[in-house]
Amino acid sequence: MLTSEEIKLIEDTLGRVPNPTETHVFDAMWSEHCSYKSSKYWLKKLYTEGKHVISGPGENAGVIDIGDGDKIVFKMESHNHPSFIEPYQGAATGVGGIMRDVFTMGARPIANLNSLHFGSTNDRRVIDGVIKGIADYGNCVGIPTVSSKCYFSDCYTQNPLVNAMTVGYTNKEIFTSVPNKKGIVVYVGAKTGRDGIGGAIMASEEFAEGEDKRPAVQVGDPFYEKLLLEASLELFETGIVIAAQDMGAAGLTSSTTEIAIKGNYGIEIDLSAVPLREEGMEPWEILLSESQERMLFVLDFDTLTDRGKENIFKLFRKWDLDCFIIGKLTDNNNFKVTVKDKTVCDIPLKALEAPVLERRLYPKKGDINFTPFVPPTIPDFNMDWVWEQYDSQVMGNTIAGPQKDPAIVRIPNSKKGIAITTMSDASLCDYNPTKGIASIIENCYNKLKDVGAEPLGITNCLNFGNPENENVMYDFAKTVLSMAETCRKLKFPVVSGNVSFYNETSGKGIMPTPVIGGVGLML
Amino acid sequence: MKTAIIIFPGSNCDNEMERFLHKYTGVKSIRVWHKETQLPDVDLYVLPGGFSYGDYLRAGALAPLSPIMKELKKTDKKILGICNGFQILCEAGLLPGILRINRTQKFICKPVTIYRGYDRYNIPIAHAEGNYYHPQPAKVSIAFTYAEDVNGSTGFIAGVANNNVLGMMPHPERAFESYHCSQDGFKILEIFENFYV
Repeated sequence: MLTSEEIKLIEDTLGRVPNPTETHVFDAMWSEHCSYKSSKYWLKKLYTEGKHVISGPGENAGVIDIGDGDKIVFKMESHNHPSFIEPYQGAATGVGGIMRDVFTMGARPIANLNSLHFGSTNDRRVIDGVIKGIADYGNCVGIPTVSSKCYFSDCYTQNPLVNAMTVGYTNKEIFTSVPNKKGIVVYVGAKTGRDGIGGAIMASEEFAEGEDKRPAVQVGDPFYEKLLLEASLELFETGIVIAAQDMGAAGLTSSTTEIAIKGNYGIEIDLSAVPLREEGMEPWEILLSESQERMLFVLDFDTLTDRGKENIFKLFRKWDLDCFIIGKLTDNNNFKVTVKDKTVCDIPLKALEAPVLERRLYPKKGDINFTPFVPPTIPDFNMDWVWEQYDSQVMGNTIAGPQKDPAIVRIPNSKKGIAITTMSDASLCDYNPTKGIASIIENCYNKLKDVGAEPLGITNCLNFGNPENENVMYDFAKTVLSMAETCRKLKFPVVSGNVSFYNETSGKGIMPTPVIGGVGLML
Repeated sequence: MKTAIIIFPGSNCDNEMERFLHKYTGVKSIRVWHKETQLPDVDLYVLPGGFSYGDYLRAGALAPLSPIMKELKKTDKKILGICNGFQILCEAGLLPGILRINRTQKFICKPVTIYRGYDRYNIPIAHAEGNYYHPQPAKVSIAFTYAEDVNGSTGFIAGVANNNVLGMMPHPERAFESYHCSQDGFKILEIFENFYV
């Protein structure tokens, strides 16, 4: 929720009191989850260059060049909060979301990986649900899950961590969410419902015991995702896409405003054109719904003939998908939302960017209890039981599956292969965040080298407790600074990533748990 | 041998199937979208694995309603169904029996050994609903059996045939490249090419 200072700041920039719909928009966009307000200052220090990097952090996923016009697109993302409330759907939609991030860039996903942290091996509700959720979603879409690692420690009992990573491949053009000219805004995919409203806000707060947050979790439909994937890749081939963005956290609001802000345009959308699952949804509910399997495209429709337009609609009809023109990019740098003729929201896009917090670093205070070393594999937990549930062979390109680390996947129709792995070591990071992350990155680098791969880049998922807690912020800053230094030393750039704060329930937080995913090209 | 791959919404083993058939026959397969109403003139139609219509309701339950299935029922050319393709053929009545959820209630992905007479093949399986059931297994023309009980199938049945139609749960298209668990996939195609009319 917005603090009173933030509300004051909004009123000052707008010069008026925002109406209820606008307040909801600010609430979501200024949440930690959408704005990265606590972490932005530090993340800017990361090493993100390198001769292979085509696109670094800030886009839907990072892009790396592997020669001959082939590109690898990858990112890791957390879906921790929803997975605690509703393990099956939480984990499933996490996988769905990260795959959408990758194919939004025009790349076909070729491998899924995940890194899971649970409380104990007895916590069957969460473990069974999460594993089945990941398996059902990935298997149905037909993307092999080639690596899965489970870690156990008490601090994750109330805060399980579900980090999913997707690697995609393309030898064609990369599409971004930055429009270079104006166009119409098209909504493709599932209808908008009341699920997942306020998800971004939920992920930016601590949980209290006994609170029921289930309506804030989204529900996944992997079959629809598969249709969306195929249709999107076909649409990219037509060459009329100016920009693409999937609807993730804060749904329609964040996807539309992000495109407009990045292209330095304004955007105008009409909510009466948005397909709804149920009647009587309020404008703010439509704007903030996190219903899954939805995409936003900016299309260059003006240059098309009527026949060309019909072909685009035909493409979506082939896949039984709905597509709706809901608005257009404008020149005035405003975010304008109407319902038919009635304007419900009209704010300058500049105002939506949350102020970056420069949280000062304080040395650690109070009782600091280090958790003793936790072995990464627990003898009484059978990893084969996990790995068997994932289809690791679909697509026929898996050279080394989950039983091997790192996993090796062939690039479709070529003689190239990539090695991929995820890495985490929370107890070492808890003992010393600087040394912990350095060791994780070096380990990852060496592991890729060991199988004969040239390490190309990493993605990260930084799981921490409440950033308002000085000790947590200290660990976070130390982790990021050390990550920047280690990556620079190894020339191992960070190309994408995600930060998950507020992994705390009833004041009990997790150990600092940075997870990284490394990709290397087999030589 | 000319081949065609029938693609339903949700089919996801079509690309590797295409590579597999291309390597075996030397001819590129024709891809047929399920909404088409005419079959191309080829020797073998393949229904690949995947999750047609998301396996909602029941695996393979909705795909038999597609227009192309009417044509398939009329043809006397060979039809091969793998995994979800097998489930569709059973649901469509082209093959006897039905596929239930695995006894473990979980998806199983691993290489298994299957038998045809005394010949053994090492082929991967990957399915959640591969538990074959038929009340009178003696009346079924069994094509392949598992070496052990993997999913609860009646008589360890892994694949059944009906004249020109063959359905099987294991994925031969995942057993042909040098890095796959075996290269037995081609042997399955050879069997189907030579032994079934």
